[in-house]
Amino acid sequence: MGELAATVGDAARLVALGLRPRQLPARDLVYADLVRRHQRDPAFAELVEAVAAGLGLAVLAVTPQAGAVLAAMTDSLFEVRIDEYARRVSLRDRQLEKVLHGLIHLAVAALAFPRPDDLANDTYVGRVSVEQVDLVLREACRTLDERASAADQDQDPPQDAPELERTWRVYARRPGVAATRDGRLAPDTTRGMITKALRFLTDQGFLHPVGTDGGGTFRTTPRYQIQVRELAAERAFEDLLSLGVIGVGQPRVPDV
Amino acid sequence: MEAGGGAELIGGDDGLARRLKALACTAPLHDLDARKARLEWADASVYQMGEIGFSAIDQVTVAMDFDGGASHDQIVGRLVPFVAAHAPDRGRAEHERVARWVLDSLINVGSLDRGFRAVYGTLGSQGYQRRTFSFKLLIELVSPDGEVYLRASDEAINVLVGALDTDVESAQVAAEVKLENLVRRGRLSDAQLAAEQARYRTVQYAELLRRKLEATRRDVRSVDWLAEVPDLIAEALTHIATRYRAENAILANVIRVRDEAEEVDRKRRAAQLVDIVKDCVRRHTQLQARLLDANATFRAEQDRQQFAGAPQRAAVDLFGQLLVPTLGLTVGEAAAPTSAFFAVAAGLAEPVAPRLTNLVDLLLSPARERDPLGLAVPEPELAPLPDPDRFSAAQWEQADALLDLSELPRRLSGLLATARAADPELAHLVALRALHAVSPEVGVALRQGDTSIMVAVDDGTPLSDPEFGGADLMIGIGTVGPAMVRASELAAQPEHRSEAEVA
Repeated sequence: MGELAATVGDAARLVALGLRPRQLPARDLVYADLVRRHQRDPAFAELVEAVAAGLGLAVLAVTPQAGAVLAAMTDSLFEVRIDEYARRVSLRDRQLEKVLHGLIHLAVAALAFPRPDDLANDTYVGRVSVEQVDLVLREACRTLDERASAADQDQDPPQDAPELERTWRVYARRPGVAATRDGRLAPDTTRGMITKALRFLTDQGFLHPVGTDGGGTFRTTPRYQIQVRELAAERAFEDLLSLGVIGVGQPRVPDV
Repeated sequence: MEAGGGAELIGGDDGLARRLKALACTAPLHDLDARKARLEWADASVYQMGEIGFSAIDQVTVAMDFDGGASHDQIVGRLVPFVAAHAPDRGRAEHERVARWVLDSLINVGSLDRGFRAVYGTLGSQGYQRRTFSFKLLIELVSPDGEVYLRASDEAINVLVGALDTDVESAQVAAEVKLENLVRRGRLSDAQLAAEQARYRTVQYAELLRRKLEATRRDVRSVDWLAEVPDLIAEALTHIATRYRAENAILANVIRVRDEAEEVDRKRRAAQLVDIVKDCVRRHTQLQARLLDANATFRAEQDRQQFAGAPQRAAVDLFGQLLVPTLGLTVGEAAAPTSAFFAVAAGLAEPVAPRLTNLVDLLLSPARERDPLGLAVPEPELAPLPDPDRFSAAQWEQADALLDLSELPRRLSGLLATARAADPELAHLVALRALHAVSPEVGVALRQGDTSIMVAVDDGTPLSDPEFGGADLMIGIGTVGPAMVRASELAAQPEHRSEAEVA
């Protein structure tokens, strides 16, 4: 009984270390030992998963590079709520802002791992900068704009239902930068929002700053790759599938 | 629901919507004059704000380059003379403020999107529907070095020069043909108008090509390099070649008109026209340079972007399968996939578990005052360590006493023996000082005002000593005085001379 309690304690310790995303097995002997134990001892691994599940967490991976990578399950205590993340804005535009913030996070991941192989390859390190994310998003918006005009679709949303407006139009309309009196970045602009996203991801141990080029340049950590690959992309993918906008096996750029 | 009536309404609908949108684009300019009465900081009734607004859009458009534009301050600077013309008796500060107000109003600073909205109606199968038309007049962009600059939107250029939302290529040809005709017939004011329009079209054309090239640079796949872009580049190059010829012909004509004109106003107009056409030529040249680079850009980008190994495991294509489809959704639909992605990709939140005892401690403990920077770091004073003294002060004193030879000179051997008897180390110091005295610095001694100096002379006697070898020097004290000054003035090597004299 005493031995089991000690093992459960160790399993919980591994989960706790996984909750601190900037702690790495390479810098912590105890952590490294626990990771090794998880890899060798299936019973211990099972226990770790049970402890995590009890806390409302899913174990995405346990690797010597990234440590224990955890994801919050729906409505978990540990979930970062997009409402809180985007809470600066007034209630009226909240829906819109939430979508823009989510979109930016999606674009950051898409730029960090531009090809499916980059996401699959464990040794790949991606690089993103504020400028790149903004330009890539705007470019995608412009392509969609061209496609819509070619198809002669009426683009302006009804006055009483702004939520029916296409997302790319909302993003394209939002200014990238705005001159401020003190020369700082305006938070409502897309570059301001991207900067917020990249800094946030850095705090979460997903990115690492490498320079100030292009409004701030960052490289990805193994943890971010796992997080995006193992669950985030999958969830968004399922949502899109259920909306019927993508099919399995669809080519990357449909009409080129 | 009557088929006949409905069809008629729908038929007129498209043109109606376009005209309503065009009208909406002018609204911000009318609005400037409507709002000027409400300005508190000046009596703005003398300023024609609409005109200043047009002028601002003009200035921004003219400053637009292939990949840049003018900053806010530059535009304000260029607007001030025009503003000042409205009210010459007001101060420059007010003129600047008016210019800035107009500029800010055209950007619509303060709105979330920094743009304008207008509501218009369409008649369709679902009956009358109100739609929101969003547009911008001036757009703020950021240059690679981080500076914010302005560009005029397509809508602004359209408002400025009329309905230009037609094919850029054909509009350009029409304008230039018109321009040539007008110049030939000598109608300069119309010719200037046409030339300005031609320049705006050139800018528009450059903007279109710039976007294509930029898209290629970022993502080769998003641009069709098999047919579309090569065609576009070929077309653009032909276009530039023709325009270049046409503009040069016009230029020759206008220059002739300018030089032959006798009326001042006509001469001035012709001169302005020359400037505009020259600017067009410059812009074409710039565009051509970019076009010639384009293929190299494509190849380099293809090398960089295209080569990827076979996927090691099944993974989602984030860009093609997630990002682009999400962008195509409506805002309402996009909420689900974006927040689903965010919930996982944003990582974990750290919930705070409060504990009463800790909370009490926390609340009761006085706030620690912390200087975020900490104490000032003292600036260290770095100086090289002094060399350690080889001989102690006592040894120097002893040597001084020993070498006080004012009465009689002594042999080095004797001095060394005496010194060694007192302190074995002292002999070394005495030997060194004796050696120094072989060539004493008489000049220095004189300058310092010394009256005597130690001198050592070699008379050929060899030194017999357990530690040192060489000559057994005669050491004595010589006097230095004004006589020696003369000597040192005369001699090329005063030290040696005086040494001999003393000896």
